[in-house]
Amino acid sequence: MGMGAEIRKKLAKRAAQEIKEGMLVNLGIGIPSLVPDFLPGSFPVMFHAENGIIGMGPSSEPGKEDENLCNAGGYPVTLQTGGSYCDGAMAFGIIRSKRIDLTILGALQVSEKGDLANWIVPGKRIPGMGGAMDLAAKAKKVIVVMNHFDKSGTSKLVKACTLPLTAPNCVHMIITEMGVFNVTFEGLLLTDLFEPYTFADVIAKTEAEVKRAKQIRIIKER
Amino acid sequence: MTENTFKKVVNRASLTPLFKDGISILFGGFGGVGTPPGLVDLILETGIKNLTLIGTDAGFPDIGIGKVITKKQAKKLIVSHIGSNPNAGTYMNTGELEIEFSPQGTLIERIRAGGMGLGGILSDIGIEAEIVNRSKEKVKVAKKEYLIEPAITGDIAIVYAKKADYYGNLIFDKSARNSNPYVAMAGKITIVEALEIVPIGSLNPEEIITPGVFINYIVQSKGVNWQWAWEQK
Repeated sequence: MGMGAEIRKKLAKRAAQEIKEGMLVNLGIGIPSLVPDFLPGSFPVMFHAENGIIGMGPSSEPGKEDENLCNAGGYPVTLQTGGSYCDGAMAFGIIRSKRIDLTILGALQVSEKGDLANWIVPGKRIPGMGGAMDLAAKAKKVIVVMNHFDKSGTSKLVKACTLPLTAPNCVHMIITEMGVFNVTFEGLLLTDLFEPYTFADVIAKTEAEVKRAKQIRIIKER
Repeated sequence: MTENTFKKVVNRASLTPLFKDGISILFGGFGGVGTPPGLVDLILETGIKNLTLIGTDAGFPDIGIGKVITKKQAKKLIVSHIGSNPNAGTYMNTGELEIEFSPQGTLIERIRAGGMGLGGILSDIGIEAEIVNRSKEKVKVAKKEYLIEPAITGDIAIVYAKKADYYGNLIFDKSARNSNPYVAMAGKITIVEALEIVPIGSLNPEEIITPGVFINYIVQSKGVNWQWAWEQK
């Protein structure tokens, strides 16, 4: 998405703070896959992959790949201690029955009501929804990590999504390079600002209506 | 029992007459992981056409079921995702290939329902999305609205296992299990390609994932004969 490596890490680091002990977490591809790098070693969390892994570990070391142990993106991973394998029906049964505590994923647009659009890129081929609708609709908490702007510089935090929805009213938090937004009944609430942005910058650059939280945390560079 | 008393272990080529134009084929696998490479090649070799292919995704152009799609042997796919196989998207846009998209968790349950002898399942995934809800009935249960998602079966199901005994009891390998146990149940004829064919009695009965009752034929695998995306750097 044209975002520098440093910014990607910064967003992943912030998202990692939302992972609490004991959670079952499903991570999307892209920036979300960087999130585990920012958890302390032996942090008690299990990562779920929709191709049938509960307790997915880090990517395989080069030369140690196992073609039958891959993440949902098709890349070789490892199994963490205590992890297990299951079939696809169980992997999705876990999702639908609301046992995923948190999913962190990318998005094309998020509305101020928390509607999520992340599966059709306009003007491109339809890729299919895969497991995105299941995850977005049924995870207990949905965090979107994304660029604040699309390629043409337009705000991706919108009043109402113009792209087809993955699921309505499902996003709880959005993390962009400008800040962190909570989806509330009163609309988007800015809780964190990444330096050097100001609240005025966010208001000016965001299509959706944004209110400021009582206390805003400033996240400094690095 | 090491002998082929149930007569399920066969030579791959002997299955050719089962593969006919216009049949529906359920395939196990997720991005090609867990898709039987030798049975995919058998479909390619038979050259049969107008297939309906049903499984998690369209694989990659040269990986898994993607090879059959690339060779234009399919007229319809029922899948959740085609993003990793651009050929599927191209053929869809030219009108050569019809694609029915089903959310991944719903699709596997539809296949499971087919294998379990049910008419379908109730799910609210994608109930607001036109791509999911079109031409489907809605039903209210306990004041909540669901889509009626019809069950799926196929003329032939092809699955990939780590081990099969001579009865067809199966054990899978790590994340290559994925859709295979349910695909195995939903075929009118189910063929397993196994990396190892072992004597009856050598698998721990507590660890068998798919009972051999679902398996009609067993063929020996030579393993994967394609290059994975992660190997192609």
